Amino acid sequence: MGAEDLTGAEITIRCLQEEGVKHIFGYPGGAVLFIYDELFKQNKVKHILVRHEQAAIHAADGYARSSNKPGVALVTSGPGVTNAVTGIATAYMDSIPMVIISGQVPTPAIGLDAFQEVDTVGITRPCVKHNFLVKDITELAATIKKAFYICSTGRPGPVLVDIPKDISQEKFKFSYPASVAMRSYDPSSKGHPGQLKKAIRLILSSKRPMVYAGGGVILSNAASQLTHFVQMLNFPCTNTLMGLGGYPATDKQFVGMLGMHGTYEANMAMQNCDVLIAIGARFDDRVIGNPKHFSNKDRKIIHIDIDPSSISKRVRVDVPIVGSVSNVLDGLIKLLMASKEKPKQAKLKSWWAQIDQWRTRDCLKYDRKSTIIKPQMVVEKLYKITKGKAFITSDVGQHQMWAAQFYKFDKPRRWINSGGLGTMGFGLPSAMGVQFANPRNTVACITGEASIQMCIQELSTCKQYNLPLKIINLNNRYMGMVRQWQEFFHGNRYAESYVDALPDFVKLAESYGHVGIKIEQPSDIEDALEEAFKLKDKLVFMDFITDQTENVFPMIPGGKGLSEMILV
Amino acid sequence: MENEAGALSRVAGLFSARGYNIESLTVAPTEDPTLSRMTLVTVGSDDVVEQITKQLNKLIDVVKIIDLSDGDHIECELMLVKVRALGKNRKEIKATTDIFCGRIVDVTDKSYTIELTGTGSKLDAFLDTMSHNTILETVRTGASGIGRGERMLKVK
Repeated sequence: MGAEDLTGAEITIRCLQEEGVKHIFGYPGGAVLFIYDELFKQNKVKHILVRHEQAAIHAADGYARSSNKPGVALVTSGPGVTNAVTGIATAYMDSIPMVIISGQVPTPAIGLDAFQEVDTVGITRPCVKHNFLVKDITELAATIKKAFYICSTGRPGPVLVDIPKDISQEKFKFSYPASVAMRSYDPSSKGHPGQLKKAIRLILSSKRPMVYAGGGVILSNAASQLTHFVQMLNFPCTNTLMGLGGYPATDKQFVGMLGMHGTYEANMAMQNCDVLIAIGARFDDRVIGNPKHFSNKDRKIIHIDIDPSSISKRVRVDVPIVGSVSNVLDGLIKLLMASKEKPKQAKLKSWWAQIDQWRTRDCLKYDRKSTIIKPQMVVEKLYKITKGKAFITSDVGQHQMWAAQFYKFDKPRRWINSGGLGTMGFGLPSAMGVQFANPRNTVACITGEASIQMCIQELSTCKQYNLPLKIINLNNRYMGMVRQWQEFFHGNRYAESYVDALPDFVKLAESYGHVGIKIEQPSDIEDALEEAFKLKDKLVFMDFITDQTENVFPMIPGGKGLSEMILV
Repeated sequence: MENEAGALSRVAGLFSARGYNIESLTVAPTEDPTLSRMTLVTVGSDDVVEQITKQLNKLIDVVKIIDLSDGDHIECELMLVKVRALGKNRKEIKATTDIFCGRIVDVTDKSYTIELTGTGSKLDAFLDTMSHNTILETVRTGASGIGRGERMLKVK
């Protein structure tokens, strides 16, 4: 690559092209005008204009989650950055690889309370994997290269590059570094061989084993290794909310999602197992419930994670293995295949018998004969109509839990939701990103009438780019999850959880140029879904009027243990 | 740590965000101008200290960490203390300063400013010998630490 004199803005765009970036989600503003000018002059990187910077980040997020490529977003200084913070924190909590480029006021103006100035690096510091303020044009290209390297290696995460406006105008010889070596950052990848052997010994001697797999399996692209590992051992497998799709949900060895709204059998197995193999999961408080109740000195825990700080953070483990899930599973599978010993089948048989007995509790049952639409039925019918093959994004609350419980994901990267931060408003913009990353696939957004209103303006973006999303609005006229907690724990005092003054969603969708349908009878659900999904080139907003009294079961109340579930 | 703007903020921000306690902190560039060295004193259970170490290692700017309290090490802190020194007390204070191997670095007819270096407990002991209304002002740097003998924190 020959060295040419380019402006900072040109360098920025050239760097994105070098990184193979095809889509960038953003919103213009004063501080990024030169960068937008350069975007306009080329057509390798396609810019998608959103209607709010939060949506730009969520869209880049959905793009990354569904495609294994880092998401890229471009926002302006000041309010552009502050609008983006919610999205950045969402990506940070779920470890999503993303590069956010933000404009900044010119370097002489920094620190002088300039127009549209905020301390971007300061504000985002706690919610990014790393950030950079470029004060010297000579460092711009290397900084962007470092940003892409850091965001997608080790434990992935969002990286922000703040570019002052004068830097974007300065000229410098462009040359894109072939690689960046950072002495302070060298993520480890393979597990320690001694630890692997220890893990195998535990696995082969277990009587009541359990595999607990989380988002790390998806991020490491290790779903096929996980499936192979679990099936060769004939062990039960559960997924966290973030790990759904890492193991095929329709397989008989899958015991369902675990945790606060996990299945009875998954939680009981987790509580009563004697060897727990934790793979790419972090023992989150939503998963283990009360840590004192969870701890069990007879249970041995193997923990595979790429981030050493995740290991023994909330729960002490016995065999920690630091490395990428993909590499470690490869190593374990190799050792298992070479080993002459096999897991004790007789013990496994009685453990499976116990699990099957727990399964008979039918913890996810609901009233299928109700004359009011049950939200669970809508998700089940959606699964049927899409043959379980759609990309499903979700907002946050009861509808999110029902989506996780009733849509059986067999493949990774199909289930897109904000698990760690639980950001309402995530569903629609992330679906936009998913559609851009997977243009030939069906994308549906399961949402609630409270969540969908948080980024509703993105219906305009969907029209501009003709995104044929299908929005499944489970409308119970309440912030469902808040209402549920208020019913169970606050004496039915529904403080501010009733969603008043709702728009006519059908008219709203139509006003943006989309198709809107309202469904009020259970008997209409399937036909409406079929009709909607036949419209391959239209966004369809489906407003399902659902039962207001329905609650998510099972539920582990705050402070309670895994086996102390409230059941339906 | 990399000698970059913001590296110190990241460490301080990490501690406050996760609710860890910073007793003292001192940082300056090293013989390699691209690197700074920070000595940070914190208190916590073994589990907490383990988490702190892991979280610090995660920071992109942090190159290497050691927990000095794991082995033989030297801690050294500097203190400047201004004391009221009148009449008979002036000789007393000078004698105490000599006993502690301190130096008087500023003199007026009413006060001394004393410079003292050593471990935190030595500095505490010195302050204890001064009565409460003698001490006018103190400023301490916080401890700097280094391993004994061949025990080194070196970056390749």
